[in-house]
Amino acid sequence: MGKILEIKDLSAGYNQEIILKDINIVVNENDFIGIIGPNGGGKTTLLKVILGLIRPYRGSVSFTNGSLKRPSNMIGYLPQINQTDSKFPISVVDVVLSGLMSKEGMFSRYSGKQKKHAENLLDRLGIYHLRKKTIGELSGGQLQRVYLCRAIVSSPQLLMLDEPNTFVDTRFETDFFEILKDLNNEMAIIVVSHDVGTICWYVKTIACVNRNLHYHPSNIITQEQLASYNCPIQIITHGDIPHTVLETHRH
Amino acid sequence: MTELFFELLGYSFFSNALLASLFTSINCGIIGTYIVSRRLVFISGGITHASFGGIGIGYFAGFNPIASAAVFAVLSALGIEFLSKKADVREDSLIGIFWSFGMALGIIFVFITPGYAPNLMGYLFGSLLTVTHTDIVMMIALTAIVSGFFIVFYKVILFISFDQEYAITHNAPVQIINYLLISLVAVTIVLSIKVAGIILVISLLTIPQTIANLFTRDYKKIMIYSSLIAFFGTIAGLMLSYNYNIPSGASIIMSLVLAFIIAKLFSILVSGIRVKRQLYLQNKNYQL
Repeated sequence: MGKILEIKDLSAGYNQEIILKDINIVVNENDFIGIIGPNGGGKTTLLKVILGLIRPYRGSVSFTNGSLKRPSNMIGYLPQINQTDSKFPISVVDVVLSGLMSKEGMFSRYSGKQKKHAENLLDRLGIYHLRKKTIGELSGGQLQRVYLCRAIVSSPQLLMLDEPNTFVDTRFETDFFEILKDLNNEMAIIVVSHDVGTICWYVKTIACVNRNLHYHPSNIITQEQLASYNCPIQIITHGDIPHTVLETHRH
Repeated sequence: MTELFFELLGYSFFSNALLASLFTSINCGIIGTYIVSRRLVFISGGITHASFGGIGIGYFAGFNPIASAAVFAVLSALGIEFLSKKADVREDSLIGIFWSFGMALGIIFVFITPGYAPNLMGYLFGSLLTVTHTDIVMMIALTAIVSGFFIVFYKVILFISFDQEYAITHNAPVQIINYLLISLVAVTIVLSIKVAGIILVISLLTIPQTIANLFTRDYKKIMIYSSLIAFFGTIAGLMLSYNYNIPSGASIIMSLVLAFIIAKLFSILVSGIRVKRQLYLQNKNYQL
């Protein structure tokens, strides 16, 4: 299995404050990693460093061939939903097509094939009928699906999702993770969530991020292991599906 | 009114004013759509007022005030954009600083310029009827640049405006495009000063777009509709200005605001009827 991303001795943060320290992790093809950890522990910061939105203070992020430059289209990203302006006058189909931005160059128009591909994705996520709507007309869950389409339309090597289950209703949640499982045959996936229970069901491995990163090469994790990783998260088994509660975290 | 219009067409000042209205409307229609969609109204207001510093310098040093205002506005725009990213100062606070700094500088230079400052009111409130040939040539050149830029970069502009972060993750040239666009915003504002005046020019960049947005949510259509709305509003304002001898800026805004109120009432009425009809149809289906 090929290595597609390697993080070495990385420290990063905002405004001169170090949030992540000495992070090391390798992401291989077909990985499905769940990143868990408390709020403020640096989960989103880690994603942003990988995406090139934050420059690390120390250490490096290297890609497929050891290059430090991130190839334009290798990562699809599903941001937390409230990060975009939902009143912006842009249609669903245009949002999805924007995921092809770099591949297609800056000037050229989209080919019929690409539009077809975008529509197929919308269909696959059950929102084809919304394609001509403006994003302001959609609900949070519908919007999230649109952003998922945007993230995968360029067939990236790595898909990164930041708290994807925040707005997705329980009925769609199962479908959503089934779709991810399906996509995992084509690309590596990193999913950030503080809802350990749900994601453990689907991911292959777990990374606990709380200032440091502890990699757990399995999707079964016990309370003791979490404690040893310095990850203040509690798992409460709740019927078939484990459910989690965050403990207050003191340093 | 129509008679007056054709009578006026015979005068060169009037046909100049018409041409200026047309090209300013196109410029403001396109640039205003960018401003409104990205919520840059406040920064645009700041740039507008900062440009008064350039006008003051122009008076004092004896250049064309519009030219020095353009330079000053572009530098202010780039300054706000750059400092808010790099100097860790909040953007809206920076805008407040540039806004008042430019005005203060303008006041000082106008004050120390010997003699009476002619046409100062024209810059503050607009004087569409004194538009010169040079003004029109500059406006046409700007229309060519703005529309060319938006045609060539439409896709990139739309995507970067919508979600900058996402654009960065795709290695899109976000910074360069942002700097170019904010410069175009600054130049558009300055070249529209003759039409609406410093104090009122923001209206041409927001009211037509807001009206257009009532009827369409398509970015391209908002640009086209708001250009048309701006043009008709300007013509109406021009007639009022001529008829009642009031500054063109004020009369243009009056007609645009009136248009906005009518359009808003109309859209409330239409959506009310739509909801009623749906309820009626549902009710009917339910009974069946």
